[in-house]
Amino acid sequence: MDKTVATMKPGEAAVIAGFSDEPLSVKLLEMGFLPGNVVVFNFAAPLGDPVCVNISGFDVSLRLEEAATISVID
Amino acid sequence: MAIERRLRIALVGKPNSGKSSLFNALTGLKQKIGNFPGITVDKRTGSCQLNDHTEADIIDLPGIYSLYPRTLDEKIVVEILTNKKSPDYPDRIAVIADATNLRNCLLLLTQLIDLGLPVVLGLNMMDLAAKSGLNLDVKKLSALFDVPVVMLNARQGFGIDELKRQLAGNLKPSGKRIFDTLNGMSSAVNAVKEHFTLSSFYEAFQYLQQPDNLKFLSGQEKDFIKRVASEHSFFPHKYQGAETIHRYGYIQEVLDVVVVKSAKQNWKVGTNRLDKILTHRIWGYVIFLVILFSIFQSVFALAQLPMDAIDRGFADLSAWLNARLPSGPLFELISNGIVPGIGGIIIFIPQIAILFAFISMLEESGYMSRVVFLMDKVMRHFGLSGRSVVPLMSGLACAIPAIMATRTIENWKERLITIFVTPLMSCSARLPVFAILVALIIPDIRIFGLIGLQGAALMGLYLLGFIAALLSALLLKSFVKNTERSFFIMEMPTYKVPKWSNVGFTIVEKTKTFVLQAGKIIVAVSIILWVLASYGPKEVMNQARQVVREQTADQQLTEEQFENSVAAYKLEHSYAGTIGKFMEPIIKPLGFDWKIGIALITSFAAREVFVSTIATIYSLGSAEDNVTIRNRLKDEINPETGQPQFTPAVGFSLLIFYVFAMQCMSTLAIVKRETKGWKWPLLQLFYMSGLAYTSALIVFQLLS
Repeated sequence: MDKTVATMKPGEAAVIAGFSDEPLSVKLLEMGFLPGNVVVFNFAAPLGDPVCVNISGFDVSLRLEEAATISVID
Repeated sequence: MAIERRLRIALVGKPNSGKSSLFNALTGLKQKIGNFPGITVDKRTGSCQLNDHTEADIIDLPGIYSLYPRTLDEKIVVEILTNKKSPDYPDRIAVIADATNLRNCLLLLTQLIDLGLPVVLGLNMMDLAAKSGLNLDVKKLSALFDVPVVMLNARQGFGIDELKRQLAGNLKPSGKRIFDTLNGMSSAVNAVKEHFTLSSFYEAFQYLQQPDNLKFLSGQEKDFIKRVASEHSFFPHKYQGAETIHRYGYIQEVLDVVVVKSAKQNWKVGTNRLDKILTHRIWGYVIFLVILFSIFQSVFALAQLPMDAIDRGFADLSAWLNARLPSGPLFELISNGIVPGIGGIIIFIPQIAILFAFISMLEESGYMSRVVFLMDKVMRHFGLSGRSVVPLMSGLACAIPAIMATRTIENWKERLITIFVTPLMSCSARLPVFAILVALIIPDIRIFGLIGLQGAALMGLYLLGFIAALLSALLLKSFVKNTERSFFIMEMPTYKVPKWSNVGFTIVEKTKTFVLQAGKIIVAVSIILWVLASYGPKEVMNQARQVVREQTADQQLTEEQFENSVAAYKLEHSYAGTIGKFMEPIIKPLGFDWKIGIALITSFAAREVFVSTIATIYSLGSAEDNVTIRNRLKDEINPETGQPQFTPAVGFSLLIFYVFAMQCMSTLAIVKRETKGWKWPLLQLFYMSGLAYTSALIVFQLLS
C-alpha cells in the first residue's frame, strides 16, 4: 500500500509527493499542501478521524478520507 | 473640515487573521449588518474617517483563503471583486494577513494584485510574529509585490493610523503580474477578455473558472463562457491547480528574500500543550461536556433576573395602558396585542445574548475548532458534520441565529440536515412552558438529598430534544441525496485570549438578528392571534357579561374575579375558542381538552404564549405569576371523570408535545429563506408535528 498522510503516525514527518483526487487537490493546494513540502503529523482526534497536520507552520485538520488522497514519501 | 471624498474600502483576508478585530477597530460602533441584494449573506459595513477630507465605507467581506469559494458566504467575494458595476465594488482593498502564517495569506494577495485592484497589505499579529522569532524585511516585501505594507496589531490598535493613511493616500494598483498565461489556455482567456472587454487577463481567467458563481452574468453570457471553455479545451480544475502552484512558487521566492530570520519551532508550545489535554481521548470529551454544562447553568442563572424584570415591566406597561387609554378596539389592540407581543420578543434577549457571549468566547479563543475536530467523526454517523455543533448549541437559545450559523457548513447535505434538526433543540421559548408543566406534575423533592427531581426532569427534556435531533438526522441521512463533495479541511488556529470587544460585537449582531428576523413575524402573528382570541360572533360576545352574571349570580364574585370570568367566557366563544373546540376530537387521544387546544393555537406565534393563554382561559387574568397558575391548574377538574384534569399523563403528554412540535413561524420563515423554497420548511412542519402528535399519543395512552 502506498504511503499517504492517512497512514502517518503522530510526530512523523514526510514529503508530499502528489494527490489522487483532482477536485480535492485544488483545495489542498490552496491551503498550502504543495508537492515537495514537508508535512508533519500532529495528532489524530480521539476516534482516529479527523487528523491534525502541520504544513509549513500552519496547522490544518482533515478527515481521514481527505488525508488518504495525499501521497507522501518519507 | 468638510468631507470631500467618500471611498469604498473592502477588508479581505483569511479566517482567523484578525479581520473582524480590525473591522471593529476601524468602525467602532458605526457598523451595521445588512444583506447583499438578492442573496442571504450578511453584509457587515461601517464607516470610518480616514483623514480630514476622506470618509470611508468599510465592508467586511467573509474570510477566504482564495478567490475560489468553498461555502455559500464566500461566493460573494469573487462576485463583488470581479463586478465593476456592483454597488459594493470597492475603490480600495485592505488585505489582512496573519504574519505568523504569511505564506497562506499571500496567495489571496497575489490574486487581488492580478485582478488589478489597488491593495494595501496589512501584516497583522506582528506581536505574535515577533514572539515566535520571525523577522521580516517589510520594505523588500512591499517592493517585491509593489504594494504598501503596514504592520498591525489590530487587537491593540497598533498600526491602525498608518493603515488609514495608506488607504486615504494615492493608492495605485500594483504594477506586478504574478500569474500570467500558461501554455494552452491563452486562446480561451483572450476570447473571453475581448468579448467582455475586460481590463485584466486574470479577470477573464476567473470568468472561465467559475462563471456560475458570478451572479451578475446573464444566462446567455454564462453559456458563451462555457462554450469558449469547451471549444478551447479549458479545464478549470487543472488550471486552478496550476495557478495555485505557480503562485506559491512566486510567494516562496519572495519569502526566501523577505524572511530574515524564520520562526522558531517552539513558539506554539502553549497551544501544543493545551491541545494534548483538550483533544485527549477521554479528557477532551469530559472537558467539552463540563464546559457545555457550565454554559447551560450560567445562562439560566444569569438570565433569570433580567427576564423577570422584563416580564414585570411589560405586564405593568400593558396594565398601565389598559387603564389610561380610552376604550376601543384600536387601543385594546395596542395594550393587549402589540405590547405583550413585543414583550414576548424582548424577554428572550438576555438568554440569547448570554449564550452567544459564551459561544463567541469559545470561537475567539480557538477552542471551537477543537470542538469541531473532536465531534466530527461522531456527528458524521448522523449525517451531520463537526461544524454542526455550533448551530446545535445556538439552537438552545433560538433556532433563528442557529440556522443562519449553518452557512459555515460547506456540504449542502450536511447543512440541510443540520437546518432540519436544529429546531428540535429546546430553545428559550420552550422553557416557560416546561417550567410550569414540570412544576405541576413533578414533586419538588430531592433524590439522595442532592439532585432536585424537577431540575432533573427539565434536564431530561433538553436531552430528549437533543436525542430526537440526532435520530432525526440519522433518518434524514438516508433520504437526502448528496449532490456535491464534502470538504472538511479546516485551519486549527492557535489559542488566544478572547478579545472582549469582539465578543461584544457578536452579541449585538446575534441579538439584532433575532429581534429583526423573528421579531416582525412574532409581532404580526401575535396580533392575528390576539384578534382571533378577542373576537367572535357578535351576539355571543355582546351577551358575555350578561351570561356570566347569570351563571355566577350565586357565587358572590369580586369585581376582579367577575372580569376574569368574563374574559374566560369571551375566549371560550372567540374564533380561537371555536377552533379549539373544533380541534378537541383530534387532540383528545393525547389527553388535551379544548382549553389546551386554544393554547396550542396561540402558541404558534411563539411557544411561551401558552402560559398567558392558559392564565386567561382559567380566568386568572394574564399577569398572574407561575405559582398561581400552577395551583389553579392543579384544582382544575375534568368534567367527564370528576378527577383532576392535569393528571401526570396529561402533563407528560403535553411536555412531550412541546419538546417536538414545530410551533414557530419565524423558524419556518428562516428555513424557507435558507433553503430557497417551501419544500423543506413544510416537510419540517409536518415531520415535527407528526412526531409531536405520535409521541404525545403514546405517552398519554401508556400513562393513563
